[in-house]
Amino acid sequence: MADELVNLTIDGVPVGVPKGTLVIEAAKQAGVLVPHYCYHPGLPVAGVCRMCLVDIEKAPKLQIACATQVAEGMVVRTQSPQAKSGRMGVLELLLINHPLDCPICDQAGECELQDFTFQEGRPATRYSPDYAKRFNPVEDFGPDVLYVPNRCILCTRCVRFMEDVAQEPVLNVSERGDRAFIGIHSEGRLDHPWAGNVVDLCPVGSLLSKDFLHKARAWELDKAASICTGCSQGCNVTLDTRENVVVRVRPRPNLDVNRYFICDHGRMNYRWMNRGDRIEAPLVRRDGELHATDWDEALDVVASRLRGAGGAAVALVSPRVSTEALFFARELFRGHEWSGAFQVVMGEEAPLAGVPNLALRAERAPNGRGAELLGYHRDYASALAAAETAAVVLVLDEPDIAVRTAGKLVYVGTVLPERARDAEVVLPIANVAEEEGTFVNRDGRVQRYFQAKPAPGMARPAWWVFAELVATLQGGGHVATAADAFDRLAASIEAFRGLSYPQLGFAGPR
Amino acid sequence: MGYPHKPHPKETVVLSKHFGEADARTHKGWVKRGGYESLAQALTMEPARVIDIVKESGLRGRGGAGFPTGLKWSFMPKEKKKPHYLCVNADESEPGTFKDREIMRWTPHALLEGAAIAAHAIQAEVVYIYIRGEFTEPWAVMEKALAEATAAGVFGVIKLYLHRGAGAYICGEETALMNSIEGKRGNPRIKPPFPAAAGVFGMPTTINNVETLAAVPLVLKKGAAWYKGLSLSSPKSTGTKLFSVCGHVQKPGNYEVTMGFPLKDLLYDLCGGMPPGRTLKACIPGGSSVPILNREETEGCLLDYEGVVEKGSMLGSGGVIVFDDSTDMVYQIMRLARFYAHESCAQCTQCREGTAWTTKILERILSGQGKTADLDLLLDLADNMTGKTICVLSDSCAAPVVSGIKKFKKEFEDYIAGRRKPVSVA
Repeated sequence: MADELVNLTIDGVPVGVPKGTLVIEAAKQAGVLVPHYCYHPGLPVAGVCRMCLVDIEKAPKLQIACATQVAEGMVVRTQSPQAKSGRMGVLELLLINHPLDCPICDQAGECELQDFTFQEGRPATRYSPDYAKRFNPVEDFGPDVLYVPNRCILCTRCVRFMEDVAQEPVLNVSERGDRAFIGIHSEGRLDHPWAGNVVDLCPVGSLLSKDFLHKARAWELDKAASICTGCSQGCNVTLDTRENVVVRVRPRPNLDVNRYFICDHGRMNYRWMNRGDRIEAPLVRRDGELHATDWDEALDVVASRLRGAGGAAVALVSPRVSTEALFFARELFRGHEWSGAFQVVMGEEAPLAGVPNLALRAERAPNGRGAELLGYHRDYASALAAAETAAVVLVLDEPDIAVRTAGKLVYVGTVLPERARDAEVVLPIANVAEEEGTFVNRDGRVQRYFQAKPAPGMARPAWWVFAELVATLQGGGHVATAADAFDRLAASIEAFRGLSYPQLGFAGPR
Repeated sequence: MGYPHKPHPKETVVLSKHFGEADARTHKGWVKRGGYESLAQALTMEPARVIDIVKESGLRGRGGAGFPTGLKWSFMPKEKKKPHYLCVNADESEPGTFKDREIMRWTPHALLEGAAIAAHAIQAEVVYIYIRGEFTEPWAVMEKALAEATAAGVFGVIKLYLHRGAGAYICGEETALMNSIEGKRGNPRIKPPFPAAAGVFGMPTTINNVETLAAVPLVLKKGAAWYKGLSLSSPKSTGTKLFSVCGHVQKPGNYEVTMGFPLKDLLYDLCGGMPPGRTLKACIPGGSSVPILNREETEGCLLDYEGVVEKGSMLGSGGVIVFDDSTDMVYQIMRLARFYAHESCAQCTQCREGTAWTTKILERILSGQGKTADLDLLLDLADNMTGKTICVLSDSCAAPVVSGIKKFKKEFEDYIAGRRKPVSVA
């Protein structure tokens, strides 16, 4: 597409953007964030909050940047006295009925009303304390959503999301004038599988997640870019941790995968990342019992069992571990007659109607495609049968597998199930929140996830565990980083050729 | 003054000629009076020719904005690619305005005929007439008239529908009206796109006021030159206009005068002046949304689009609200603000919050609790509420406040200083 660019200047910065671009988006390219509430790139333009008032040369009055398209030669000033005063006026009006209860509000610290008021609001209100503030009680909107009407600024993002994106219009603006509030259908609930997005979309503390309620203050959170493990869609997410505990999952914008949204299944799918019953040290079987040891001994034991061995090796792997781990786990059995299998839990598909190719997928695992690309198959029953007579069986983080084998059982996992107590060796690994790695989503898109918290005890990333064993048994050098691990994978597997960690970045292949 | 009554000699009775004649409401009666001749003639003409005649006549929108009607029609796509619609704004809700009500009550066929001519001119096959919900009698009259005229087959391929509002002032705003017709909440839309590009159901649409359309058959019948000649003043304001006069005059009611008629004569001659012993204090000349004129301005004002602007207000809808010297201007302005606060659609921040806050400040001043700083605050709020929102409801709330404080400041100060007895604002 050879779209002609429209040239304009925003606060003195010249930018060239495609025809039809909104001033607010062009401003982003000029490095200018025009304060706004109702505008959201994932929703239809409403133009109601009037916060993004800017001065446009030759326009008779202030214009809203969110509903004004760029024009050749346009001169936009966001910091003119008129524009600043216009926005200051909006901020003052937004606050007159606001309870100013930031100290007890979940949104505090990540509240756009706070941020823009600090940035360009009035130091004090002129709304006399004699005047009553609008009051409406908190409403229970759905399984995970509370509505606190007193904090609402009626930006209507939630209404537009449910109407145009989820296409289940259960919310509206009820009443008129300053009596207005967000209403919910008398027989409706905010229980759409994607409804939780209204909490993220709400720029203030009006729509709250019950799950996150009072869990943390925003400034206590650390954030890591990750990939949702809830299904094969591969939605980009941010893991929010407080003191190394994952407390919240939020969507991370990726226009090619999930736009600005994640489903509620993915949003709630994080508690297991904080499990306390983790394996914290490698275990080796001695005198019929598993004993904790260090990595040197544990890896030596595995290596000694595999060195020079042959025969059938069966790997039963989880489709939730990294592509890198799956790669090195296969490499490990080069001398064997190898077969690998995985199984995927299935559920109901739940599409987000307003976004093409976005759904909670029936296949509830993030890396089934990656496992397939690496030669693992889905015939789990036959793999279990083969395991019975195999010389070596590797179980990779599948704690619920009832595996019976006459051969040696190596169990590599995050937790130790009763059944794995028969293993020769148990190796503790990090979970998705504790390591770097990649998943391949259902469309074959390779995406990185980043470490959000440390792994417990001596647990290590699975790719490191297998790469160490491969280095010991086959040579080829140690693999020090996840990036190196990926490079080794990319060098030998056709589907990954040409890709690298820097090239994948935060958003997947460019 | 109700109809029928003899017109005042200074009136120029064109639109209101048949007001009070019950027979004129019937199709037969209307035809007897020469009705539907203009439509029959228009249907034989090229649409562009009809637009040209209306352009030449100088007819301007009577709903408030005064936009040239022919020019507005000419914005519709010449080459029709999608369905075209005509909306008739019969949601007359501007406080102080009750002229469209009388047109619909007495000459429903004038409106229907004008609407059909307009529909032909803009190549619309469907006309929606959006009638204010509270207008029960006009609704019944219009329903009957439409049924009769449709049965008589006068509209050709053009279909006309009546659509009843549900009592929201904002639905008189053209894009809110379109949303309401579509079954949506009556919220004004952002412009662009303008209705001629994407109006009702996203299709090219023209929207005209009742009085504007009621004048169209006469423009066609008697010619553009005749209509243009009905002006006492500016060549930019032509024809006659109905003025709804209410408040402190002896004979309130609708009066039809030519453009440029002196407001003073309207009030003192046609309406019989103030009640005995009272003098004129102020006047809102064009419906509640326009700035207030003081006595001097009122008495020097010529009633046309330019004349009223010259005095610092607007001709608006022609709803003339008259205040004599017994009037508490602070109270009146509070009542206006309260109306706008009640009717704000709640979309834009400045309007939703600003109209309500303005009302609270005015109520507090009236209750004797006002502060000196309140007046500056009101003006600053009004500035925030002017020219910054989707529609002009917020501007309309600000206009009387600003002009009121400017022209009647002492009355505000008297309340604030405790020189005037507080009043109940409940």
